Amino acid sequence: MMRRAFGLTKRINSIQFALLSPDEIRRMSTVKVITADTYDDDGFPIEKGLMDLHMGVIEPGLRCKTCGGKVDECPGHFGHIELAMPVIHVGFVKNIKNYLDATCRECGRIKLKDDEIEIYKQKLEEAKKMGASPIQLLLINKKIIDEAASRPICPHCGAEQKKITLDKPTTFREEGRKLTPKEIRERLEKIPDEDLPLLGINPETARPEWMVLTVLPVPPVNVRPTITLETGERSEDDLTHKLVDIIRINQRLRENRDSGAPQLIIEDLWELLQYHVTTYFDNQTSGIPPARHRSGRPLKTLVQRLKGKEGRFRSNLSGKRVNFSSRTVISPEPFLSINEVGVPEAAARELTVPIAVTEHNIEKMRELVRRGPNPKGDKYIPGANYVIRSDGRRIKITERNAEDVAKKLEVGWIVERHLVNGDIVLFNRQPSLHRMSMMGHLVRVLPERTFRFNLAVCPPYNADFDGDEMNLHVLQSEEARAEAKILMLVQEHILSPRFGGPIIGGLHDHITAMFLLTHKNPKFTREEALHILSYLDYDKLPEPHYENGKEFYYGKDLFSLILPKGLNLEFKSKICDPAVCNHKCMYEKCPIDAYVVIRDGKLIAGTIDENAIGSMKGKLLDRIAKMGSDAARKFIDDLTRLAIGVISYRGFTAGIDDEDIPEEALRQIHEVIKESVKKADELIELYKEGMLQPAPGRSIEETLEMEIMRVLAHARDEAGKIASRYLGLENSSVIMARSGARASMLNLSQMAGSIGQQSVRGQRLHRGYQDRTLPHFKRGDLGAKARGFVESSYKRGLTPTEYFFHSMGGREGLVDTAVRTSRSGYMQRRLINALEDLKVDEDRKVIDTAGNVVQFLYGEDGVDPTRSSGGENIDMDEILTEVFGEKYLERRRG
Amino acid sequence: MAELSIIWKDKIENVDRLRMNAPVYYAVDFEIKRELELPLYGYITLKGSEVNYRVKISEIKGYEAQPGIIKKTTKKLKTLLRIEEVQDIAAIPLSEFKKEEGTSLRRVTKFSYGVLEERKEIKIKKYRELTDEESEVDEYVKEKYGLSLPFSIIEKIVKTKNELGLKKKDLEKIIAKVVEKYRKRLVDPYEAVGIVAAQSIGEPGTQMTLRTFHYAGVAEMNVTLGLPRLIEIVDARSQPSTPTMSIYLKEGVREDEEKVKEVAKKIESTTIIDVADIITSVADMSLTIVPDAKKMEGRGVKIEDIVEALSKLKAYKLNVEVEEDRIKIKLPEASYKKLYLLGESIKTLTLRGIKGISRAIVRKSQDGNEWVIYTQGSNLAEVLGIEEVDGKRTRTNNIIEIANVLGIEAARNAIIEEAINTLEQQGLNVDIRHIMLVADTMTYNGTVEAIGRHGIAGEKESVLARAAFEITSKHLLTAGVLGEVDHLRGVAENIIVGQPVTLGTGAVTLVYRPKKR
Repeated sequence: MMRRAFGLTKRINSIQFALLSPDEIRRMSTVKVITADTYDDDGFPIEKGLMDLHMGVIEPGLRCKTCGGKVDECPGHFGHIELAMPVIHVGFVKNIKNYLDATCRECGRIKLKDDEIEIYKQKLEEAKKMGASPIQLLLINKKIIDEAASRPICPHCGAEQKKITLDKPTTFREEGRKLTPKEIRERLEKIPDEDLPLLGINPETARPEWMVLTVLPVPPVNVRPTITLETGERSEDDLTHKLVDIIRINQRLRENRDSGAPQLIIEDLWELLQYHVTTYFDNQTSGIPPARHRSGRPLKTLVQRLKGKEGRFRSNLSGKRVNFSSRTVISPEPFLSINEVGVPEAAARELTVPIAVTEHNIEKMRELVRRGPNPKGDKYIPGANYVIRSDGRRIKITERNAEDVAKKLEVGWIVERHLVNGDIVLFNRQPSLHRMSMMGHLVRVLPERTFRFNLAVCPPYNADFDGDEMNLHVLQSEEARAEAKILMLVQEHILSPRFGGPIIGGLHDHITAMFLLTHKNPKFTREEALHILSYLDYDKLPEPHYENGKEFYYGKDLFSLILPKGLNLEFKSKICDPAVCNHKCMYEKCPIDAYVVIRDGKLIAGTIDENAIGSMKGKLLDRIAKMGSDAARKFIDDLTRLAIGVISYRGFTAGIDDEDIPEEALRQIHEVIKESVKKADELIELYKEGMLQPAPGRSIEETLEMEIMRVLAHARDEAGKIASRYLGLENSSVIMARSGARASMLNLSQMAGSIGQQSVRGQRLHRGYQDRTLPHFKRGDLGAKARGFVESSYKRGLTPTEYFFHSMGGREGLVDTAVRTSRSGYMQRRLINALEDLKVDEDRKVIDTAGNVVQFLYGEDGVDPTRSSGGENIDMDEILTEVFGEKYLERRRG
Repeated sequence: MAELSIIWKDKIENVDRLRMNAPVYYAVDFEIKRELELPLYGYITLKGSEVNYRVKISEIKGYEAQPGIIKKTTKKLKTLLRIEEVQDIAAIPLSEFKKEEGTSLRRVTKFSYGVLEERKEIKIKKYRELTDEESEVDEYVKEKYGLSLPFSIIEKIVKTKNELGLKKKDLEKIIAKVVEKYRKRLVDPYEAVGIVAAQSIGEPGTQMTLRTFHYAGVAEMNVTLGLPRLIEIVDARSQPSTPTMSIYLKEGVREDEEKVKEVAKKIESTTIIDVADIITSVADMSLTIVPDAKKMEGRGVKIEDIVEALSKLKAYKLNVEVEEDRIKIKLPEASYKKLYLLGESIKTLTLRGIKGISRAIVRKSQDGNEWVIYTQGSNLAEVLGIEEVDGKRTRTNNIIEIANVLGIEAARNAIIEEAINTLEQQGLNVDIRHIMLVADTMTYNGTVEAIGRHGIAGEKESVLARAAFEITSKHLLTAGVLGEVDHLRGVAENIIVGQPVTLGTGAVTLVYRPKKR
């Protein structure tokens, strides 16, 4: 069993790549495989067969004949096959071609004069000194090879060279005559070591003739395990199948060769062997049919195992499966702090934290173990699932042995205890597009079966509760827990590094509630105020105001309770409409209460809406977040609780009757649309008469389309304007739209007024039938209705043709999303791959792994975007407010 | 020192040969018609954007075959130069070479005489020097806090000081606060800025539109925007799918719409098919060009221009007859195929204008103070060669072209600008530092490299990281031949072998070992 290493662990320093020489293949081999069979009739591996026990074991009970290990202990060992005749390794065909071209067919030297060799060697040396990597040197090697290949006569021995062509995939011809792999190997053998660096070979790790195989390594059985089906039937791995083919042909080839069979037969068999070895390496080699399984499925051979998204690299090495994780549906829980996550009891009992037993905690640990894996009780009490003894043995705790194990517990053991409140875990939702997709949360064990968290944390995860599932990981080491708590906790990620503003913040109902609480400063009785504040932890009620002898509280005062002391801030609300004050801001005296003034942590004036507390946009939130993560967490926690108090007391509902507008308004909308449709018809008339003037650089048809689009867009806007004139701020839907909680005025006007022009690819709908969109219209009808203008509103309902057009527009949106996700996903993968190794060093240079400087000062000012003021390194306004306080704010207004 | 000199383009191999064998005769494929004072310096450019070598020429004579000479090309050699020595010089962008009247910049990149200011040192120009006021602040901060504030912050401080008329005491208070904040805001060492940048640009990608076309500024012109454009930028495509330029003009021209239109006409390339119809007659095996008088006038083309353009078609021995308002062309040895091919090549014959610019439209600038030319198609080098063009403000969205004409720093700025504009146009807010980092990674080694397997990712140091990205087997196989060593310094390779990555907390190598009690 593995023991966890404490303290310093060793690191792999480097990995050297090299080619296997035939000698080395034989040396590392534990068995020479000669029979193509796998198991005998008793199901026992045949000796010298492909499943020889020297190559490792996959069946429980057996022991490896090389290392003596049992199933999970033996790492597996290589075997080898002696090939009767050499064959070419497909992966190196291009290399071999280059080497044959660049060297002399007689003497094997590179076809360059001695002085040229000297020049190129110097050049390579120079490049290496300048820090060129082997692949960069490869570009020089390519040139050398081209140069050498163009020589018709060897400068060393004077031999005339013949042109060598490559018949894909593995056949070489010299002026039409076929070169056997044997001949090729002989030629490659002649190339002296001194010439190899010029050809791009490192003589210390590779020889060209090794690219023509004489011995084939057989991978350990662990790499190609036999699968036993339920029926008891055995099914071999694809690699084993391929190896069987190779051994069979190899044997036949050897027999035929030894018995002196005709050259033709030998050549055929040789070629067949080449085919099998080729497909053994890469079954997608172009130019040859892929080897297939009996069922007709192409075999998955070595290259296929490594390649692509499902390959070893991307699927098993860059990404790994983990234990101590769980996944379930998510649901909201506003009474949790943003730092917390509600974990179902069932999950909490399955997921464990390893705790080292010390003399200080041994009694506590005993108690946990004694409770066993399933402690009974009304409330959740943690127990433990396993203990790990000092020798690494793992003991499962059951109800029966719990007492026993608890007694035996010693210092130095490890107890795997259940999750308890306050444990730190990682919480994640895919797609993990940015670092806020995986954050640290503190556990709150809760009943029921879903993960729960504060709604303010939805934006960073991009989560909603329509059935989304999320993953939770329990950290297993002290270092990991410490790092998670300091670096990954939700409160450390309130500010997004993307734009230096808050990404966690109020949304939907929080914004509506704050709007209701602060807009025009409503009054609340003591009773109401107490209800609103009932979820909140606050020192004392604000000073009450009196009117007609009645005690009451202002909404803004209630909101001020959650503001940090000493905060000074001014900004414009989302509802600000410059038309109201004629672009002359009236500050506190704003008629629509749209200028927020906060003095020493008190909201003096203004409406708290999306611009104050919204995620991504909240200015107030931004300022508080920059005061420190604890203050920010507290503010958001309080905010969500206050919001719930407000909105659940007042009540808030939106319905289709919100979009009811008077007859008069409907008539006006109708009028406007009729007008515009008529205008469009006039344009078409003009076009048909040929009187339309084309816009420069456009055809008449394009001009007409543009003009009609413009006219009809205008119609929809006008309809919207009329509708919103009759929809005031007493309307719930309007409150949501104006305060930025959800929806927009455009959505409302589409419900109340008119939906407007539908489009596909930015043009009016035009495809469908010949010269018309639907058979309901005349051929060549360019009018508004025939080309996808939807006059109706969502509320009134659509006519059948309108409904069809609307679906066309909607479909485009769906297709667009599907295409976009894959395209942007690939772009992000490439970006990450290109930039992943960059880091800032001690003096804020940006360097890559090789130590190359990418930037001399990160971002030209060394400032972390997360800590910037929306991208600005220093916000002078903020500094002046902090230094001069109110005096500056007064002055700024001028 | 001003001198007359020669610039030409050659391959690195030839330069190496010259260097090895100098002094040597060197055969080139151009003629030198002017008398030049000897010895003289010539300059060799490798890729046509900057000059890297200087050669001393001691003799110039007509070409004659003789042994031991180095040839620039195999054919059409005209002159022999005696090369004394080859020197490596610090790269000088070609655009810095002054050109003679009448030669365009494009020509300079090939071969031309020019007066050249010899450069002895490379001067790094700052964005601008600090003013006295600013350096006062700079000195103060350096002295008091031992810290050098970035230029942009000093600028802000001085601006506020002047705006508010601050007294010294207040200014110092503010500077103290600024320094305090600035220190707090610095990035942490070992921060994985690359990953953060990649995520910050990639994440909003899902929110972008895929709609390729949008009208940007000018209603008549389509420009690729949104996600496709962003992908195009990071791909470093040599041709954007919709190349455009906005050409600003010098004072005295830009205010006058008529004058600007004149320039636009000069720029817009006109082909025969733009102004005339071509009729193919099989009966007498002839082509007839029928010019449209209206279109001709609009484009300012005369029949003579067409005739002249036709004379450039040397591949055919044409028989051109001008009859009143049409041009008849006959082929001596006519065949259907030849006739067809001729028709095709005549269609796209350029009569005037700049190659690659298919449309130029004159519009008022956004502030409404001047007339600007917007074009479809881009050809920066030639447009900059036009007298009236204000080279400082003129821009193109073809990044590779900018790199070739103006140099790598300009390309880097162009990437930043293009990316920011694309994101902003979609209403997405991404910090400029992230984009800068992407732009710098794409350009820091001197050429514009794409993000992806043909660019940066394909040239990573680590074998494993490359194998994990794309084309797995090829990378592993070549690694074996080259005997590459993976030092496990990056992220991907450390994840693969299962050990902590070298970023953030994993980058710290200092370990504290407490004394044993």
